[in-house]
This record gives sequence, C-alpha cells and structure tokens, in this order.
Amino acid sequence: MRLRFALAVLLALAAVRPALALDAAAVEKLAFGDAEERSAALRVLVAEGDPRAAPFLAALAEGEVQTAGKRVLVVKGDAATDAVTGEAVSPLPAEREDVIANNRLRREIGAALASLKLVSPDPRVRLAAAKELAQGADPAALPLIEKAAAKESDPGIRSLLEFSLAALELASPDREKRLHAVRTLGAANSAAARAMLAGLLERGSGGEFREPDGDVRAEASRSLRSVESRLAWGERLGVLFTGASLGSILMLAALGLAITYGLMGVINMAHGELIMIGAYATYVVQNLFRAYAPAAFDWYLLAAIPVAFAAAALVGLLLERTVIRWLYGRPLETLLATWGASLILIQAVRSLFGAQNVQVENPAWMSGGIQALPNLVLPWNRIVIIVFAFAVLGMIALLLNRTRLGLFVRAVTQNRPMASCVGVPTGRIDAWAFALGAGIAGLAGAALSQIGNVGPDLGQGYIVDSFMVVVVGGVGQLAGTVYAGLGLGLVNKLLEGWSGAVLAKITVLVLIIVFIQKRPQGLFALKGRAVEA
Amino acid sequence: MKRRSFVKSLAVAASIAVAGLGSSSLHAQQKTVKVGILHSLSGTMAISETVLKDVALMAIDEINAKGGVMGYKIEPVVVDPASNWPLFAEKARQLLTQDKVAVVFGCWTSVSRKSVLPVFEELNGLLFYPVQYEGEELSKNVFYTGAAPNQQAIPAVEYLMSKEGGGATRFVLLGTDYVYPRTTNKILRAFLKSKGVSDADIMEEYTPFGHSDYQTIIAKIKKFSSEGKKTAVISTINGDSNVPFYKELGNQGLKATDVPVVAFSVGEEELRGVDTKPLVGHLAAWNYFMSLKNPENDAFKKKWADYAKAKKLPGADKPLTNDPMEATYIGIYMWKAAVEKAKSFDTDKVIAAMGGQTFKAPSGFTVKMDEKNHHLWKPVFVGEVQPNGQFNVVWKTAGPIKAQPWSPFIPGNEKKKDEPELTGKK
Repeated sequence: MRLRFALAVLLALAAVRPALALDAAAVEKLAFGDAEERSAALRVLVAEGDPRAAPFLAALAEGEVQTAGKRVLVVKGDAATDAVTGEAVSPLPAEREDVIANNRLRREIGAALASLKLVSPDPRVRLAAAKELAQGADPAALPLIEKAAAKESDPGIRSLLEFSLAALELASPDREKRLHAVRTLGAANSAAARAMLAGLLERGSGGEFREPDGDVRAEASRSLRSVESRLAWGERLGVLFTGASLGSILMLAALGLAITYGLMGVINMAHGELIMIGAYATYVVQNLFRAYAPAAFDWYLLAAIPVAFAAAALVGLLLERTVIRWLYGRPLETLLATWGASLILIQAVRSLFGAQNVQVENPAWMSGGIQALPNLVLPWNRIVIIVFAFAVLGMIALLLNRTRLGLFVRAVTQNRPMASCVGVPTGRIDAWAFALGAGIAGLAGAALSQIGNVGPDLGQGYIVDSFMVVVVGGVGQLAGTVYAGLGLGLVNKLLEGWSGAVLAKITVLVLIIVFIQKRPQGLFALKGRAVEA
Repeated sequence: MKRRSFVKSLAVAASIAVAGLGSSSLHAQQKTVKVGILHSLSGTMAISETVLKDVALMAIDEINAKGGVMGYKIEPVVVDPASNWPLFAEKARQLLTQDKVAVVFGCWTSVSRKSVLPVFEELNGLLFYPVQYEGEELSKNVFYTGAAPNQQAIPAVEYLMSKEGGGATRFVLLGTDYVYPRTTNKILRAFLKSKGVSDADIMEEYTPFGHSDYQTIIAKIKKFSSEGKKTAVISTINGDSNVPFYKELGNQGLKATDVPVVAFSVGEEELRGVDTKPLVGHLAAWNYFMSLKNPENDAFKKKWADYAKAKKLPGADKPLTNDPMEATYIGIYMWKAAVEKAKSFDTDKVIAAMGGQTFKAPSGFTVKMDEKNHHLWKPVFVGEVQPNGQFNVVWKTAGPIKAQPWSPFIPGNEKKKDEPELTGKK
C-alpha cells in the first residue's frame, strides 16, 4: 500500500498534467481508497498547492462527491461536474455511490483547506483559515504556515499564525524553539493553548514527563497559569449568562401568574396549560407559514407572537367568564376548578394534535451563536429570549402604570369595594386582567417552544416553577417576580455547575422552603391596608 | 359482569389451546389469537415508542394478509402505559389476565422492563423487548431482540479509541438518571479502566427524565475537553431530552471534529425535527441503520413507507425506519416461526422453540436467536450523522456477534450462567 502511494506521488510529480485537470490519481485515491490512502492523497493535493483542489475538497467534506463507475463526480443538486477535468456531466449517471467522509477525513480536509486558503488575497478568507489552523494544524503544513506568517501584514492574522506555529514547534527537538513556543502559547487566550500546555506537564505511561526539559516545564506551568486565569473569566461569564437565560425563562413563565395569582389572587393551576397553548399556537403558525409562505418562513415567529398571545388570552377569558368569576374569594374551590380545567385543556390538545411532541423549528437566524470570548459562545436563541423577556416585562409595566386599564387593575387589587363605589366595572376589569395574564403565559409558550419540546405536558413542567417564582418574589407586585426569577435562575445554574442537575434542583427547593419559613411574605411584601384586605 | 367476561375469555383461551394442539386449516380465518403491544404513546418516551407500536401493527397486518400464524388471525391489543413506569406493570397484568394475550411486544426504557418483569414471571407470560439495554438480566419469560452492551456500547467506544475514530482518551459519560445509563456507564467505566483510562479522564453526568436545559452540561463538556487530550462524549440520554441536547450542542458550536458525541438511544426518529447540519459527524451505534443498502432493507423501508402513507401516520411524508423498529419486526416474525415450530401458543413450548430461530433481517444479515441466552446474534454498526438526518456507516463488524448479557466488566458476572435459571413457575 505504501509502495502504491509512493508510486502515486511519483506519477503525480512526473506527469505533465493538462492545465485544467486536478491530480487524477489523488482524486481517485480520495474517492476509492481506504483511510490511510485517503489521508496520503489529501497531503499530495495540499503539497501541490493547486487552488482548484479547494472546491473539490470542500465538496468532499460536505458529502457532495459521488462516484459513477470509475468517474468521480461533484454533484450539487441536479448538476454534476467531473472532479478531475471540471467538465459538466449530463445527464447524471443513474448508478451513483456516495463518497463518505468521516470525522477524521473531515478534520484533515478542514486543516488542508485552511493551509490552501492562507495564500488567498482576501484577508477575511485568510483570517478564517488562520482560525481553523489554530484549532490544530498538521505538521506537514509547517512550511506553508511559516511562509504565510512571514508575508502576513494583518497583525490579527499573524498572531493566529504564530500561535499555530508555536503549537507545532512544541514537538520540535530544539529546546530553544520549545521555550519560545511555550511563551507564545502563554500569551494566547484560547482553550486549545491550555490543552497543549497541560499536555506538556503530563507524565507518560512510564512515569516520565512528556516534556523532558525542566526549564520548559517550569515555563509551561507559568504560561498555563496565565492562560487559565484569563479563561476563568470566560467561564464565570458563561455561568452568569446561563443563569440569566434560565432566569429570564422562569421570569417569562411566571409573569402571567404574577398577574393572575399575584395581583388577582386566583390560584390558577391551569397557568402551565396556557403556556402550552401559546406554544401550540406557535406550532400552528409555523405550519401555516410552511404551507402558504415558505419564502417568509424565517419570520414566522414574529407572526406567532401576537397569535400566541391572542389564543391564550381567549382561552383565559373563557376560563374566567365561565368558571373563575363564580369562585372569587374561595381559593380552595378555585384551585380545584382550575386544576380540572388544566386536565381538560391537556386532553383537548391531545385529541387535536396527538399525544406526541410536535416539532417547532428554530428560524435560521436563531440557530448558532456569537463567539463572545475564546471559550464562551452565546447562542442566539438564548439571547433572543432574554431580550424578549425584558421586552414583555417592559410592556406589562407600561400597561399597569401608564394606562387606564392598568390604573383600574391596580385600584381593584388594592380595594375592590372602593373601586366599585367610584364606578370601576370590577367584573369586567377582572376579566381583562385575567385575559392579560393568560396572554402573557401564551407569550412565554411562544418563547419556550424555541428551546424545549412542545407537547401536551409542556405546562406541567413549568407550573411548579412559576408558583415558586411568584411566591418567593412576594405576592402582589411585579418587581419581586423579576428578582426572584433571575435570582433563582442564577442560583440554580451556580449549583448545577457545582453539584449536577439533579442535586441542584433539590437544593434550590430546600432553600426555598427555608426561605418561605423565615419570610412567608416573600422578597418584597406589600405594606399597608391591602395586606389585611 | 366481571365473572362472565372472565369465563368467556377462559373459554376462548381454552378453545385456542385445544385448537392449537390439532392444527387445522379448515376454518382458519375464524380463529384469532391476541397479541399485546405495550408501548408509551404519550409522555416523554412517546417520541421513541410510538413508531414501535406502528411497526408492530404493520408486521401483524402483513402476517394476517398471508394467512396468519398457523391459520390464526392475529388480533393486536394496543395499550398506552404513558411513560409511567408503574402503569407499565398494571397494563402488562391487564394484557395477560384480562385480554389473555399469547405474547407481548413492548417496553423501551429498562425501568419499564424492570417494572413489568415480575408480572411476566408470575403469570408466565412472554415478552419481546426490542431495545438495546444494559444487560445484567436474563429472564426465561423475555426475549431480548435489541443489543446487549457488547453488541453496541463496547464496540462504539472501541471505535472512538481507534485512530479512525479520533483516538479519544478522555470520556464524558452523559445520561438520563435511571437504570440503563447508570449500569451501562458502570460497565463502560470498568471497560475504559481495563484500557488504561484513569478516573480523572472520565466525567459522569446525569439529568432527570424530560430535562430541557443543557447549557451548563455543554459548558462543562467544553471545559473538560479543553483540559488536554482528545475527548469524546458517550450519551445515554433517553427520550425527548435529546432534542434540546442536540439543539444546544449545535448552537454552542461543539463540532464533531473536535468532540464527537456517540449516542446509544438516538436514531433516525429522534433526530426528526432537529436541524442536523450543525450535528454532522456526531455518531450513533446500532445494529441497523435506515441508510443500509441491501434488498431486505429496501423491501422493509418500502413496506413501512407504504404503511405509513396508507394509515396517514404523523410524519408519513418523510417515513423513517430505525433500529428498535427493525428489532420489533424481527421479534414478531421469530415469534411466528417459533409458534409454528412448536405448533402451539403455549408460553413454555414457544420458549423452547425460540432457540436457534433465524431471520433474514433488514440489516442485511441473517440474525439468529441464541440457543440458550434469549438474545439475538447481531451485527454492530457505527454511523455518523449526515446533513439529511441519516447515518452513514463508518464502521461495522464482519458479521453477527453473540450477546453477553452478563458483562465481563462487572465483577462477579463470570460465575453467572449464560442461560435463564429455570426457577420460573410452571
């Protein structure tokens, strides 16, 4: 096999190839060879530095290369080109086999492509290539990187290249080179640098150090400490972000309840199901978009928000008018009635949509994330939900404090008989307020559909959390819900990082029990006569 | 009322038993035999189990269309234990005592199997269990058509440690918190130790059923993998938690070329509705993939697609097959063959006839029920996720391998017999 490979290399070097063709032997090896032959062929293509190899390799990594008999084709949709000659092939041969790229080959192709792209005139392409190489470059690419680093004018790209060089020089037999490499790595702040430095300090199977030289080891542990202290910031910020993300979800789920339970005093066990209705409304809107406006599919979520609000608010209004309004002032009966209503809603959704989870897809702009720090990625869907949660909060605050409806709601909450006396239609205000709370639960459902599963039982998972947030925050106003939601999110995530998901949940519940015993009125208690009323 | 229906079903059972002895094809179509299907059609496991119910019904339709089992028409009895483990036992008892089913095809999670096991042993029922599991169990009343650890978990980890698989030397064992992941991880930890992986290079994490916030865990994996050495994640997450897990994995940009995730309970069906483009290269180990190319699989896929369309099943526009579906299908046909060999529906006679049964499976191999240990000989495949949600096989065994229900990596197992203890009541 090795002989065959050597032969292939010789042939490749000796043959005067037609100007437009890729190295046929290498392409054939990549398509038909076994793992070792493929990596060898890949190295041949890279060593030749043929820029036309790049699109072929990219297609191979993407799984767009197929073989038909002995021919190797690049198939994009219905159009195919011959990989060697670059000619269009039509019609498509009927009998085609996929060429499978596995992780190892993809990794090698990524590095190979990067070194091919280092000579690109476009600085953005070079930057992307340098970033890819910094993840781990092949020793074979060393001369290429050296050449590129010497020529590079952009300081950002150069420092990345120097980092890759240093990573490769760690294996150098020259002690000075290794020392220099270790210092360069110490100045970088990437997780890859930490991994490499930590690797130097490890002992092999025989108890001897990987790095034989004591000075290099001392320098490496110094560098390791400085890299770690910088990376620690990314980790701390990461915990804060996940805490804020969970907190914003808790807050969103609890805001509706803060109105129906917090302000109106209705123990609404169907709150979780109102969230679920919001999520299903999002699902329906998604399907409508897919069926009637596939071009605008990415924006279905914007249309889903008002629909989710309206759907949940409508169900809430019905619930209030038919059940709850007969039960004001009878908390136990309200609890039972709303619990019954929640079971009816779950079963209704089951009958309508089936018992299985339905799929709500993220729009493309909510996938992926931004690389905030070398070891911190902030996913877009989380960011969007945090922003959304605060937008909803702002709207509610405005509504309650700046509108006539809000004024009436506050008046009825504080003193029902007096409000009634001055002409506030308390019954209708109750209905509107409940519908508002339900609608906000629907908004929470629309948001939750983007990160979790949507099924008939969706609400059950959030009802306990929602009550927890409202009770800890203090019944009767919104500020407590905000602080309690965010606070519980943060505490949960801090504990989770330290003790695991199962134990963290238990610890949080225990903390809440202790807290409620010490302070039954919650974080923020209403003062004055309203409390006694 | 109760007594009357009991008497009636007793009479039916008796007539079946009598008719079963003297096989007659004269009035074949009038006679029926009941078969139980025990899969969660709601709750967290519905994502995985619903299609098993459907594929079982498909196989039964197919058998009935060709004249049934020994001339008996199969009458399926479908119940929904709703991902609720004690309810599994209740429903199993109902199937065996009220419906008098001859055999039950069902269960996915090991906790559900453990909960029905005493019922089947007490009433001497017959259960076909179609999902890969942790082993450490061998009951006379159960046939395991899914993989034992040495037919899935161990080969997958060996692949990850190979040069081709990336040469991982550091492992994250991530699972849902119940018996299957805990036991599998115990076996894997012992296996990894035998390969020279130290405890410091193994991280074990569990989440509750239905967990949906994987931010912290992914961040932990990222940190763990950046502490040097090539890292791989072995996921035994079950049920619908997989959707948020893979979504978060994609969003946080943890690529398969850096940290590959190999999953033991994720197949084509679980990835439906997940954007698989960021997941390309993550792995799964099974004994069957939909992407396998062979005539048996082509026929199986076509049958399933036609059935899904005819019955208007959800997702019929994109019909998917997966490993537990294949195992269910194999199980039903093997049961049929065993009944026909035993010329009886009697549990003990069928059990005796099961050993050595073979079936040309959609995996392209002829799988065999081991003569003694109630497990199938199965081929093992490791596949990588493709952009279209299918798996491309990157590694496979040369042929079917024998199951080891008692893993040699758990101390004390070397003394255990490779066949069920015959202590079950007659």
